[in-house]
Amino acid sequence: MELIQPGLGLVFWMTVTFSLVLFILTKFAWKPILKALKEREDTIENALNSAEKAKQEIQKSQAENQRILDEARLERDKVLKEAQATANNIINEAKEKANSEGAKLLDNARTSIQTEKAAALTEIKNLVGTLSVQIAEQMLKKELNNDSSNLALIQQYLNDAKLN
Amino acid sequence: MKAIFLNIFSKLLVAFFIGAFQFSTSYATGESHKEDSKFNAGEMIIHHIVDAHEWHIAEFGHTHIIVPLPVILYNQGHFTFFLSNKMENAGDGVKKYGHFHYSHGHFTAEDGSSVYDFSITKNTAAMLISVAILLMIFLSIAVAYKKNVGKAPKGIQSLLEPIILFIRDEIAKASIGEKYERYMPFLLTVFFFIWVNNLMGLIPIFPGGANVTGSISITLVLALFTFLITTFSGNKTYWSHIFLPDVPKGLYPLLIPIELIGVFLKPFVLMVRLFANITAGHIIILGFFSLIFIFGEMNTGLGYGVSVFSVAFTLFMSFLELLVAFLQAYVFTLLSALYFGSAVEEHHHDKHH
Repeated sequence: MELIQPGLGLVFWMTVTFSLVLFILTKFAWKPILKALKEREDTIENALNSAEKAKQEIQKSQAENQRILDEARLERDKVLKEAQATANNIINEAKEKANSEGAKLLDNARTSIQTEKAAALTEIKNLVGTLSVQIAEQMLKKELNNDSSNLALIQQYLNDAKLN
Repeated sequence: MKAIFLNIFSKLLVAFFIGAFQFSTSYATGESHKEDSKFNAGEMIIHHIVDAHEWHIAEFGHTHIIVPLPVILYNQGHFTFFLSNKMENAGDGVKKYGHFHYSHGHFTAEDGSSVYDFSITKNTAAMLISVAILLMIFLSIAVAYKKNVGKAPKGIQSLLEPIILFIRDEIAKASIGEKYERYMPFLLTVFFFIWVNNLMGLIPIFPGGANVTGSISITLVLALFTFLITTFSGNKTYWSHIFLPDVPKGLYPLLIPIELIGVFLKPFVLMVRLFANITAGHIIILGFFSLIFIFGEMNTGLGYGVSVFSVAFTLFMSFLELLVAFLQAYVFTLLSALYFGSAVEEHHHDKHH
């Protein structure tokens, strides 16, 4: 019976003691402890967050570096290509110029050869004419002395043998 | 007033436990007058788990080692203080101090006027010792927290920190929700109070071994705290759940009393659960030891033989009780947190009880 019968004294002391314990522990233990725990958790979380942030930043800067490197490489390739193209152009142009210059020189040479040739031919024709006349004169001087008919014949021959 | 309340209360409890304790109470009351030369297990067990005005530590033959405790009595407007060993033997199991008679753990006045007993009994003293330990541990931990701010816990601090975090995260946050911070001090205090007292109860010798958390007075006060906090933090939703339940109006006469009974039943169950669990643990362990003496009276050799098994079983039970000590503290805290949670919960239209 006594086992399940609340004792007045014990109930009284328990109420007083428990209230006091609750008050003292709340004020001097639980509040500082819970506050410290919360602060520590916040600190740890902040540290983790900033570490994560730093990691992301490093990754970002690495990516940036990579991008700059890639860009530089591309730029280099482009410059090289352009230089190559310019060189090719210059060579081609030079070639073309040389070719056309050569052709022009050849042309000029051909023209002057033609002119020289024509002049030489004319000279030869005149020389042949004069020589023929002289030869004929010598021959005819022997056989024919001022025979007009022979002279006419010679003239006719000369006309026929016109040199072109 | 208080006495009347306690009286009614104890009658209710008696009705509640009538079946379970008929056996042991009959031992305690019926056979206690007999010559105590024969070992009486029921009497011994009840003697160990009920409160007392003195702290009986051991006895060798007829020599008793007893720690006397202060008796404080209030009678006819006067307080009387004396130590329990100052009482004179008046014969027939009755003791005397001044005009007070003491028999079966109760004081009565010679003139029949009512005596209010505010004594520092065995359970009170044991509770005060536990409280001193509790204060020592947690005040020193608080200092440690202040000293190494933001650093890893050290020593006893790191032993108890996981438990504090467990109560905060798994009990308070999970059961109460956003407003958990207001209830943390009570939950932590109640948890560690019950746990320390449970553990102290498992220590077989002084200053342990008292059945503090297995005392109905203690669990009554603890449950009363939970009840008062729940009631005073109840918001509109909580009260409307009780007085304006979400059912047709015709069911109100049926449902409102049920809800109201529920309000009182919850702390009542808290009180009974802790009391019954811890008391049962003490009874089982004491029961195993009693077996040694029961068999020892039949035959000395048999007593020694049985003692091997008794000690083995007691060892096993003690380990189980270590678990129970934690578990009951946890259960009490968790259920308190759940009741607080139901008191501060905001209304959800899609959720019915």
